[in-house]
Amino acid sequence: MKNKWLSGPYVLWMVLFTLIPLGVVVYYAFTDSVTGAFTLSNLANFANYWPIFLRSIWLSIFATLICLLIGYPVAYFIAHCKPTTQRFLQMLVMLPMCISFLLRTLAWVALLEDTGIINNFLTSIGLTPLPLIRNNGAVILGMVYNYLPYMILPLYTVIMKIDPRLIEAAQDLGCNSRHVFSKVILPLSVPGIVSGITMVFVPAVSTFYISQKLGSPGTILIGDVIESQFKAAYNPNLGAALSLVLMVLIFVCVGIMNRFTSDDDEESMVTL
Amino acid sequence: MKRLISVFFLAALLLSAVTPAVFADETVTINFYNWGQYIADGTDDSLDVIEAFEEAYPNIKVNYMTFDSNESMYTKLKAGGSAFDVIIPSDYMVQKLIEEDMLETLDFANIPNYEYIDESFRNLSYDPDNLYSVPYTWGCVGVIYNTKYVDEADIGGWELLWNEKYAGKILMFDNPRDSFAIAQLELGFDINTEDSTLLTLSANKLREQKPLVQSYVMDQIFDKMQRAEAWIAPYYAGDYLTMVEENPDLAFYLPNEGFNLFVDAICIPKGCEHKKEAETFINFLLSPEICGQNLEYLGYSAPSSAAKEYMDPELAANPIAYPDENTLALGSAFTSLSLTGTQEMNNLWLTVKTADSSTTVYLILTAAAIVLIVFFWLFYKVRRKRRKARRCRKWKSV
Repeated sequence: MKNKWLSGPYVLWMVLFTLIPLGVVVYYAFTDSVTGAFTLSNLANFANYWPIFLRSIWLSIFATLICLLIGYPVAYFIAHCKPTTQRFLQMLVMLPMCISFLLRTLAWVALLEDTGIINNFLTSIGLTPLPLIRNNGAVILGMVYNYLPYMILPLYTVIMKIDPRLIEAAQDLGCNSRHVFSKVILPLSVPGIVSGITMVFVPAVSTFYISQKLGSPGTILIGDVIESQFKAAYNPNLGAALSLVLMVLIFVCVGIMNRFTSDDDEESMVTL
Repeated sequence: MKRLISVFFLAALLLSAVTPAVFADETVTINFYNWGQYIADGTDDSLDVIEAFEEAYPNIKVNYMTFDSNESMYTKLKAGGSAFDVIIPSDYMVQKLIEEDMLETLDFANIPNYEYIDESFRNLSYDPDNLYSVPYTWGCVGVIYNTKYVDEADIGGWELLWNEKYAGKILMFDNPRDSFAIAQLELGFDINTEDSTLLTLSANKLREQKPLVQSYVMDQIFDKMQRAEAWIAPYYAGDYLTMVEENPDLAFYLPNEGFNLFVDAICIPKGCEHKKEAETFINFLLSPEICGQNLEYLGYSAPSSAAKEYMDPELAANPIAYPDENTLALGSAFTSLSLTGTQEMNNLWLTVKTADSSTTVYLILTAAAIVLIVFFWLFYKVRRKRRKARRCRKWKSV
């Protein structure tokens, strides 16, 4: 009973600042911007924007996969260091997060620009400058750079907690190191992979600043469209409708992923 | 506990008794909502206008806030929730704000310096009876280019912004009104047209330009042009004069097809809490000495001849800041579009900005992903079924 009441402040907070605003978003999404009458035309506008939705989702999927590929070995390495080194390395992973997200993205702009640091260096040693900025690659790079800590940290916490005796048992039972990894460590770190993927994918798919700074006018993401609806075009109804669609799409993506991983969980339980 | 409560009440009583007395003498803060980099702020040996005002009127503080386009300012005003006392919209936006009853009428008794405003800048079309606004600056929109990279043979008209030779080095306005005006001038349309076909044609023209555009920007243009990250950009003449001080390679011309002539005006929006102080501030901005020194720094043109005497004479005679009458005749001013016209332009602008060329790749990827997901799902199901069956068999045999 007591525990229930302790969560009260947060529940109140969530109702006030998450559920009610969500209701407002839904209300706006289904009403006309001028008359305020019920309409589906805002949602129908999705037809005009699906290419951008697709691109946003794909760029975020790529960014998430790269984060996973980079993040997993790093998390594994950190988890197998001495405790003091672990603390130090963990701090290093979090260090970029201490600097403003906007500033970090702007720093990438200064690095990658045509007249940026890298290209200036290349021209000074006689090479031709490279088209580093204003393409999909730069946007993915920005996403990976900004969201990598959100992948490493959950992976690290999960891998660290794996009981070393399980690994020893597997080795005793004749697993080689490849099998120890694929049959024991990987299945046990699935919860970390799932939360890592969610924590990278969800903010990446709705990002808008990174694509504005590192992308070209042709690599606009859905976050940019939503932002411009509120900031410049003054059509909050369309903006609300688009973010509602985005939310549903995120739920679908995360749902598909969870479906697979929960299957995996059962499997791994069986194999164990 | 009781004592604590009584102490609390006493404190509350004391506070309530004291506060009005304190605030009566207290300074008043006016919220000044202006374009970015649009007032002399003390850098480069200029006069810090706001500091000078606060010194002259020690009981008024100015809280300076900026916007980057008329549209974003309008959105913020419309959304409410913030009380601005002084704003500086452009001509067509002043008209729109008047039409929507969002401006206070000015009390010109508090603004005696209005007398210095030139006759040609009074009662302009956006505010025909001159009740709501006083002009702050005026100027033209032209093309800024980098002489180091841009061939002189290519300049002259708006078509420079569509020149494929400079793909990826062209900047464009990040607001529908200015961008459409450029396309319309290039196509020979009226910049205030609301005709659907003409707007669509202009949007197509902009879409044609999009692959060449490095980015759609407003204030970032300063940085990008000064560092030669971009070579060509349409922008306000006054800002060119600021940029050329940083990068002498930059040059400016007014396209021969015509250009937009604008006036930015000082207004007081509805919801203003300190109208009298706001008017004092406006009056201060209009005094020839302040106006002259402020606009010398800004590079924009002054609507008052008296102010020119306080300026660097070289600037006051600069043909870019003060073009001759023949050139000015090519300019045309914006008028406010109707709500449907604005909506249509906004929507078209959004289609321009979100137009996409590379959808097929993503479509193929998506199709492949769906096939893969379905395949794996079936695979898992089959495998699980088999395992279950195998286990059942085992159990039975046991």
